[in-house]
Amino acid sequence: MVLDFLARLLGRESPGSKNVAKERLRLVLVHDRADVSPQLLQLLKNDMVEVISKYMEIDEKGLDVSLERDDNRVALVASIPVKRMKRVANLA
Amino acid sequence: MSEVIVVTSGKGGVGKTTVTANIGCGLAMLGYKVVLVDADTGLRNLDVVLGMENRIVFDLTDVIEEKCRLRQALIKDRRFEELFMLPTAQTKDKSAVTPKDMQNICAQLREHFDYVIIDSPAGIEQGFQSAVAGAEKAIVVTVPEVAAVRDADRVVGLLEAKAEIHDPKLIVNRLRVQMVQRGDMMTLEDMHDILGLELLGVIPDDERVVVATNRGEPVVTDEDSISGRAFKDIVRRMLGEPVPLMNLENREGFLNRLRKIIGLG
Repeated sequence: MVLDFLARLLGRESPGSKNVAKERLRLVLVHDRADVSPQLLQLLKNDMVEVISKYMEIDEKGLDVSLERDDNRVALVASIPVKRMKRVANLA
Repeated sequence: MSEVIVVTSGKGGVGKTTVTANIGCGLAMLGYKVVLVDADTGLRNLDVVLGMENRIVFDLTDVIEEKCRLRQALIKDRRFEELFMLPTAQTKDKSAVTPKDMQNICAQLREHFDYVIIDSPAGIEQGFQSAVAGAEKAIVVTVPEVAAVRDADRVVGLLEAKAEIHDPKLIVNRLRVQMVQRGDMMTLEDMHDILGLELLGVIPDDERVVVATNRGEPVVTDEDSISGRAFKDIVRRMLGEPVPLMNLENREGFLNRLRKIIGLG
């Protein structure tokens, strides 16, 4: 008790609760904002196909992109069937 | 050039009505023609904050139902020549005012005023959607707490999606400087990091706001109060002046001074 008070007086207390607040908010907002519309997800898919196609031939029909959530993270999970790799030599 | 600005927050109780009243008074003190619109139908509050509660005859829903003309429902402030308030109904619910109604009212008001400022209800349901319908700009009010910041973030997304209002400005209300200093309250930088909004201003937690509200006199009229000065700064920023944020850290307490004296600050 007395030590606690002295620590406070001297500014040596443990880091305050605001960092906890900030971290919790960061996480909850990742979840909130991950509620993306199907249209947005489609735009993302289109862009991904375009980029990946530079490196490999993929099966666009089998493409699956989704956001998966668990308690402390949100992950973008993509399953992209590859039909054929392009030759490395063809890449700049 | 008139502006229609909605003051909103998502979460209730963060000070939307106080902010609306003070910004409105602040602009009127500088000679602008201002009308404040209470869009919180069923939970009317702007009238008491402004001290106009005994003078209401007609309200927003009477105008919509054509029981009176718009001009008849406007209440003139006793302190400032160019400040008016349009009250809403206390006995009806939020469905009494549609987004289309608000668009019509705002379009009419902007012909006569420099600033139309709308006090939005809490929540994101129909009342909110009506309140934002006629606006082209938004001010989002929050307090430095997890729940309020989360709801503010949600509202920013909805403003964009439902009302095409982009880049709302942020007001952080009730900042407690000593709690920030000891690391127990999020800082302005923290909230800027999280929300990514331009900061229009910060209002320190100040008892004078309560006293002013008790009297029905917005605190911006109180020359000596730190919150009143903060509102004046906000008004000047709205007018485009580059007013730096108030240095709240100078108001440090005894312990901080002691820490500095003994070399630990």
